[in-house]
Amino acid sequence: MSADAADRARAMVDAVYRSESRRVLAALIRLLGDFDLAEEALHDAFTAALERWPGDGVPANPRAWLVSTGRFKAIDALRRRARFDASRPALAQQLETAPPDDPEAVADDRLRLIFTCCHPALPPDAQLALTLREVCGLTTEAIAHAFLTTPSTVAQRIVRAKAKIRDARIPYQVPSLADLPQRLDTVLQVVYLVFNEGYSASSGDSLLRSELSSEAIRLGRLLLELLAEPEVMGLLALMLLHESRRATRTTPEGELVLLDEQDRSRWNRDQIVEGQALVERSLGSRRFGPYTLQAAIAAVHAEAPSAAATDWTQIVGLYDVLVRADPSPVIALNRAAAIAMRDGPLAGLTLIDAILARGDLADYHLAHSARADLCRRLGRTADARSAYRRALDLTRQEPERRFLQRRLDGLPD
Amino acid sequence: MRYLCLIYDEEKKIGAMSKNESDAFMGEYFAFTDGIRNSGHYLGGEALQPVQTATTVRVRNGKLSTTDGPFAETKEQLGGYYLIDAKDLNDALQVAAKIPSARLGSVEVRPIQEFPQP
Repeated sequence: MSADAADRARAMVDAVYRSESRRVLAALIRLLGDFDLAEEALHDAFTAALERWPGDGVPANPRAWLVSTGRFKAIDALRRRARFDASRPALAQQLETAPPDDPEAVADDRLRLIFTCCHPALPPDAQLALTLREVCGLTTEAIAHAFLTTPSTVAQRIVRAKAKIRDARIPYQVPSLADLPQRLDTVLQVVYLVFNEGYSASSGDSLLRSELSSEAIRLGRLLLELLAEPEVMGLLALMLLHESRRATRTTPEGELVLLDEQDRSRWNRDQIVEGQALVERSLGSRRFGPYTLQAAIAAVHAEAPSAAATDWTQIVGLYDVLVRADPSPVIALNRAAAIAMRDGPLAGLTLIDAILARGDLADYHLAHSARADLCRRLGRTADARSAYRRALDLTRQEPERRFLQRRLDGLPD
Repeated sequence: MRYLCLIYDEEKKIGAMSKNESDAFMGEYFAFTDGIRNSGHYLGGEALQPVQTATTVRVRNGKLSTTDGPFAETKEQLGGYYLIDAKDLNDALQVAAKIPSARLGSVEVRPIQEFPQP
């Protein structure tokens, strides 16, 4: 074989790895009943592909070839190990007599994998790490980098999670219809966390961060393809509508640009159109929840030609519904900011002061910066100054610190 | 697979129940036990006497120490258990969620450690 043909085959295996490795892994976990065994089998299957495809040609159905090769490699490996471990021959035999694959099971494998990685019996940080590792195929190094921790910490979380899946026998299955709403909630939370980790302008490598957001959107699309639930549509829409503004959220120097000062002509129209369509589909189902409502709010912003021309009445109306669905203080704060835009700064300030008086958000920098902004607009300079200082004390994000400092410096004497 | 469902209750709450409430609560337990006997999940289960009847022993350097009370003072106390046979953790969690105390206190679900037969 020429070096050229070998290069082509290698490129082909690489391409198949990128598009199929997660599906092959998901199927192997079901067939082998064990994450580690499946990962080893996946590795062996692709090694075999690299050896065989250059000579034999690429099989007609590469995924099926990889799953079946991986499965036989696993059986072989178990046989070899059986010499040292008495419990293995039975497992190898059981695997060999397993029923042949049906296509429907394969289609569900990725969904099984997501629900297993996001099982509520696993700690939240492990759900996150396991999902990024197994469903998205990120390396432990990349996950560690994105979450500002060490690869060994991430690896340990993943090892512990896999051990719990095995020892407590967390099943590899899509939850029953009765359990679905609650279980789906956990999955959506993990996906949204991945997105926000990539979206928030905190520290870390910005390129890697935007990759995390893309990964979350990819996960959202996958979920929607497998499970067309209204809140899946809502979350995907919410992520797309936020993502559409990514390029305008910071200056080239990394300075923060607030929504009302962003260059709206540079918002990504394709993402906005797709997000809006999803919001409408979900609202039409009448079974929507907090993600859809937040996406609907983002869609109203996306439609507005400018901050001043925004339909604040509609936004406040959506917040009213959202606060009932999800009565969290942060949502109450956002509602207060919207009311300030509709009814003037004093109305908003009264609400924010009431929220702060309850003590819920006393240590939340955005509550103080929102308060500072309203005081500034009311000409209450001394109040604005102390609120900006409080916000500065509380924020740990460098671009936000610089933004608040600029606002503080810009106050009249 | 076998799982132990450890039932934690606030004894204060249980103690504060009226006779009617307490009878209804016990009735729920009897109905639950019948239910998991019929479904084939039940392997065993007992209720414990209140925590003031507990005694804790430790042997250190060959010396026995005996103290009054449970191993740790907590808001909720171990009040009983069920040993169940379940297909997997999801199945076990569904059973555990139906234990009447899951509504008032909490239920810890732990897989039984199986040792290989010699």
